[in-house]
Amino acid sequence: MIQARGNSGVDEVIIRQLTITNELGLHLRPAGLLAKTANRFASAITIEKDGVVADGKSIIQITTLNAARNSTITIKASGPDARQAVAALGDLVINHFEEPLSHGNNPAEPPA
Amino acid sequence: METTQQNLLLKGIGVSPGIIIGKTFLFTSDDIEIPLITLCGKTEINREIERFRQALEKSRENLRAVKKEVERKKQKEARYIIDAQLLIMEDKLLVESIIKTIQERGIDAASAVNETIRNLSRSFDDVSDEYLKERKTDFDYIGERIIRNILGAKRHNLSTIHEPSIIVAHDLSPADTANLDTSVIIGFVTNTGGKTSHTAIMARALELPSVVGLKNVTKEVKNGDVIIVDGTIGVVIVRPTAETLRSYSEKKQMYEQLKKELFQYKDLPAETPDGYQIRLLANVELVEEVASILEHGAEGVGLYRTEFLYLNRKELPSEEEQFNIYRKVIKTIAPHPVTIRTLDLGGDKFLSHLDLVEELNPVLGLRAIRLCLKEVHIFRTQLRALLRASAFGELKMLFPMISGMQEIYQIKDILNEIKHDLRSAGIPFNPGVQIGIMIEIPSAATIADLLAREVDFFSIGTNDLIQYTLAIDRVNEHVSYLYNPLHPSVIRLIKNVIESAHNNGREVVMCGEMAGEPLYLPILLGMGIDELSMNPLCILKIKKVMRSINYRQSRDFVKTIDYLKTAEEIEAFIRLEMKKRFPAAFDVNCA
Repeated sequence: MIQARGNSGVDEVIIRQLTITNELGLHLRPAGLLAKTANRFASAITIEKDGVVADGKSIIQITTLNAARNSTITIKASGPDARQAVAALGDLVINHFEEPLSHGNNPAEPPA
Repeated sequence: METTQQNLLLKGIGVSPGIIIGKTFLFTSDDIEIPLITLCGKTEINREIERFRQALEKSRENLRAVKKEVERKKQKEARYIIDAQLLIMEDKLLVESIIKTIQERGIDAASAVNETIRNLSRSFDDVSDEYLKERKTDFDYIGERIIRNILGAKRHNLSTIHEPSIIVAHDLSPADTANLDTSVIIGFVTNTGGKTSHTAIMARALELPSVVGLKNVTKEVKNGDVIIVDGTIGVVIVRPTAETLRSYSEKKQMYEQLKKELFQYKDLPAETPDGYQIRLLANVELVEEVASILEHGAEGVGLYRTEFLYLNRKELPSEEEQFNIYRKVIKTIAPHPVTIRTLDLGGDKFLSHLDLVEELNPVLGLRAIRLCLKEVHIFRTQLRALLRASAFGELKMLFPMISGMQEIYQIKDILNEIKHDLRSAGIPFNPGVQIGIMIEIPSAATIADLLAREVDFFSIGTNDLIQYTLAIDRVNEHVSYLYNPLHPSVIRLIKNVIESAHNNGREVVMCGEMAGEPLYLPILLGMGIDELSMNPLCILKIKKVMRSINYRQSRDFVKTIDYLKTAEEIEAFIRLEMKKRFPAAFDVNCA
């Protein structure tokens, strides 16, 4: 975690790099969770992947990052609650959005 | 194509097993016409923006209602998607860029939505990840919903169906399936989609036999047509003849009866009454299938095919991606063993960037291990991933299309290099990981005694072994009648393979279709096969037969067969003997 020191009430910039671990990558649901969470904070939040920067509060921009599993994203927040924002978003990623490790509920039968 | 053609067979992807026969409900949204209107002046622009805002609000209301319905029905997967769709509709980026399009381009609301959504979903065109790509449809649904609300065009509602129906649609969205009355819907059939599309997930969750990816089934089927859906093999038969109907009704009945009857064998060992045991394993292709094989009575994965990893994508799968998948397969099924087979494809199937010469005779050409030993970087990546995964459970590595010793020497050299690298890097792996080879080329079957000294086990791939031995392309209808697993040459080769293996203390597994066919079981048993690996759906049935036939008599069968001269004689002999001795074993057929 890189940070610029600041006292409370003063804007901080927090940057954190993470790897997407859930099976299906940043598809709609995880992107939605990120955006929903980001919107709770006052800080400006971006998520970057391979040089492409998305607004962390926009589910569409996050989805269009096309972050498949194992891709690395960088979450950056700047504002009064940057630290909390990055922590909350990072938790989502680390807990692989609480998605099951397999994406089939009742897996398909293979063709005969 | 004539749309009243009878018995029209369509092939798609089976995503939820079982057979259903029923009337169709053709669920097509009328194509919406979006007239492009150029606006003049601020008043008109403001009016269109207002129209858009109202439609957007209405769309949100619609979706919230759908969400309630989905929550009531506890369709978790659908709820996530609808939640996300709601978020998209609230997304500033979307709302602002549509408004901006109306203002700057001076076009009507519906056209502006259409254009914006199309631009958005275009950004998914280059995505190689199949799952992410499928999410593109979510944007299309959102666009369609808003546009319908702008134009006042309604989408058909599936809740109006009141008699048992098979839904035929281009694709189904979570909003569509949320309204389903699952007591009257018996299956889904769609033009688009794959194993992970929403329709497939819903079909499996609701246990409705379904086939997706049929391309244009909505064009081939009329509302109310009778169709047969075989979700197990991914086939749909439109307007079946009386005869087809009869045979499928039987098949369906048998399937259901079998399912019920066989379930009692799930936890019993595959053992003959006179105490001889073999292991029954499953052939698997997708990581999602792995968890379910134990339900089908398997004792491990006997053949995990890796071709799927390489198909339908632009880039080769990375070591990391493969490692994660293999590890997951291994961990899911642990402590049971998993045999993973390395790439068994011709380069023409997936390497579009390689300059490969078009082959006149691809089955005899550069494929499987031959391709891997030529394009070594592809092979190395896979082997490294496999070795790393070997640290997580009981992995066996299997190499396809071996024709002689040289290939084994080459493979071992490469394996040793990779093991050395891993060791130096301190990456854990199982140094004693078993390696085996496919016996599917007659040359390998003939020198099985030599090969047995170099590897830990053999896996007989009967489909190819028969094809290569008899020189029969079995998809060629003119010669397919000659394709016969009981040809004495095939029997002799298999016998030689098993004997050679056992003489060297090696085990033999059979993983072709022959393994899942009850008729062949006594011969394979009599010859001493150690393991059979098959479609998981066949396992319980084979187990049942296994538990009703006698090992010693099976050995006698094999001795008699030695004196028979044709496949027909052998088959007649087995059928007669089996009927006489073990009638119980043959009262069901393979599903």
